[in-house]
Amino acid sequence: MKIWAIALNTFREAVRDKILYTLLFFALLMIGASVLVAELAVGEYDKILRDLGLSAINLFGMLIAVFVGIGLVYKEIERKTIYTIASKPIPRWQFVSGKYIGLAGTLALEVLIMAIGFALMLAFTGASGAMESMPAIWLTWIELLVVIAVAIVFSCFSTPALSALFTLGFILIGRLTAPLKEFADAGNSEVLKDFAAVVYKILPDLQTFNLRAEAAYGRAYDWEYVGYATGYGLLWAGVLLALAAVIFQFRDFK
Amino acid sequence: MSDIAIKAVGLRKVYVTGFLRKKFVGLSKLDVEVKRGETFGYIGPNGSGKTTTIKLLMGLNFPTAGHAEIFGHPIGSMAARAKVGYLPERPYFYDYLTALEFLHFYGQLLGMDKAARVKRIDELLPMVHMERARDIQLRKFSKGMLQRVGLAQALMGEPELVVLDEPSSGLDPMGRRLIRDVILELKRKGTTIMLSSHILADVEEVCDRVAIIAKGEIQQITKTSELVGHGLHGVEAAFENLSSELALGLGFGEPTAHAHGRVTFLVENHERVNALVRAALEAGGALIRVTPQRQSLESLFVDEMTAVDRKDREKPT
Ligand SMILES: Nc1ncnc2c1ncn2[C@@H]1O[C@H](COP(=O)(O)OP(=O)(O)OP(=O)(O)O)[C@@H](O)[C@H]1O
Ligand SMILES: [Mg+2]
Repeated sequence: MKIWAIALNTFREAVRDKILYTLLFFALLMIGASVLVAELAVGEYDKILRDLGLSAINLFGMLIAVFVGIGLVYKEIERKTIYTIASKPIPRWQFVSGKYIGLAGTLALEVLIMAIGFALMLAFTGASGAMESMPAIWLTWIELLVVIAVAIVFSCFSTPALSALFTLGFILIGRLTAPLKEFADAGNSEVLKDFAAVVYKILPDLQTFNLRAEAAYGRAYDWEYVGYATGYGLLWAGVLLALAAVIFQFRDFK
Repeated sequence: MSDIAIKAVGLRKVYVTGFLRKKFVGLSKLDVEVKRGETFGYIGPNGSGKTTTIKLLMGLNFPTAGHAEIFGHPIGSMAARAKVGYLPERPYFYDYLTALEFLHFYGQLLGMDKAARVKRIDELLPMVHMERARDIQLRKFSKGMLQRVGLAQALMGEPELVVLDEPSSGLDPMGRRLIRDVILELKRKGTTIMLSSHILADVEEVCDRVAIIAKGEIQQITKTSELVGHGLHGVEAAFENLSSELALGLGFGEPTAHAHGRVTFLVENHERVNALVRAALEAGGALIRVTPQRQSLESLFVDEMTAVDRKDREKPT
């Protein structure tokens, strides 16, 4: 399968990249450092520990997604590695999909390693809730799948610096749509209400993937919701990836 | 099965760049046919549109106008791409792969199974003298080594058409010779080859036909056999131990050069040169060399460029 050849190769590229290890190292360091912070805080030791750990996983997942994801397609064009690939009998959409799958796999591995670090950290400090945090970590990965799809869309037509900016903007807006809608609904400006409703409809709501507070408080999780959020994320990723494929299909490699 | 390997009709590419949508004509209008089994040279000055043509044929760029086919399949189609092996100019490859992984990867993209890939790689690595580098990452390769694995990559699927864009650039003499030998070997097997190069001696040696392109247009297409057969411009002979007076006294006109104690004459043909050599030896001269003056590809190229320049100047702007 040609898609798998591309995916495997992308995965190989990522795991042979030193940046990945640097980021991973700092992620684990951060997760470990939550212990110190929790020691200093008064009360709710377990909650703070889980909260900080999950946030670190999310933050570093995002960093890796943005920094590795952006370069992904752009670098191929910039370095002209695409010349020998796009001239082979492989449809361009398969190339884009293969890159995506490879990156998704890389992030799965990263998140898994961070999750293990997180669980070990909880175990060493005797804090509870490792299992209860897993759905939150799962949804972090789903969120990353949406983010890398966006990153790929942008890197199909703009430079890495711009793509990074756009993607960060997307993350920011994606996290703010839900609060923005709540705020607008509570106010009495009709214009703002309509605007918020439109933004909410056309952009993915990244807060959907945020179960971190629930996990931190050790609340029982709702499988149905996790399923819904997963479906929501995959749907968005699929739509974005299709868009990237269309852009890629018609572009010149100069 | 089409016997025309490459066919382009009115192929044109205008690059539109930047914010101001500035336009550059990369290829103005290309009409050409390359037959199956032919070795086709593609030469022209920098920026004349060689790479543009090749990228259009490979489906990497979309033509602004016109169309082209590879073995009867529209350029860019899966069927056309399946038949081509391509080495880009100044190629870049995934540098984190070893030579072995690299070739396996391209084999996979061609849809080859593992056994076929292993077999092909075992043929190709020795062919480009890279057996010893099979487990070394490409980032540790020199330019010439990259060019060699790049060539191997292009040949991975035993393509019917091989397109090489300046394969010898940056290579040492051994590397150049290697590329030339590989091309000759492919040619022997009946592979169609399109070779773009600035090394005209190589082009002249390996190609059946050569197109000269300038300003995005083919100016002339010549058979190399005709270059060698009919282009004799005369024969040059050089002697030592001949003074100016003696040289003039031979009756073959003024020498074309007279330096470092050597005199050089240019005469029309072989008969005349025989007579010249006899007369010069009798006069006490010593023969240094006799060189037939052929209209080589290089002089044809230079003539063509001069003509293009002249046409340009005469054009009212
Ligand atoms: N991506 C691009 N954007 C704008 N113009 C381009 C682009 N690529 C090529 N051109 C222009 O098209 C023309 C032909 O370029 P091309 O690369 O085909 O030349 P070439 O014959 O391969 O030259 P060389 O011998 O230097 O490799 C040049 O005038 C060049 O400036
Ligand atoms: Mg070129």
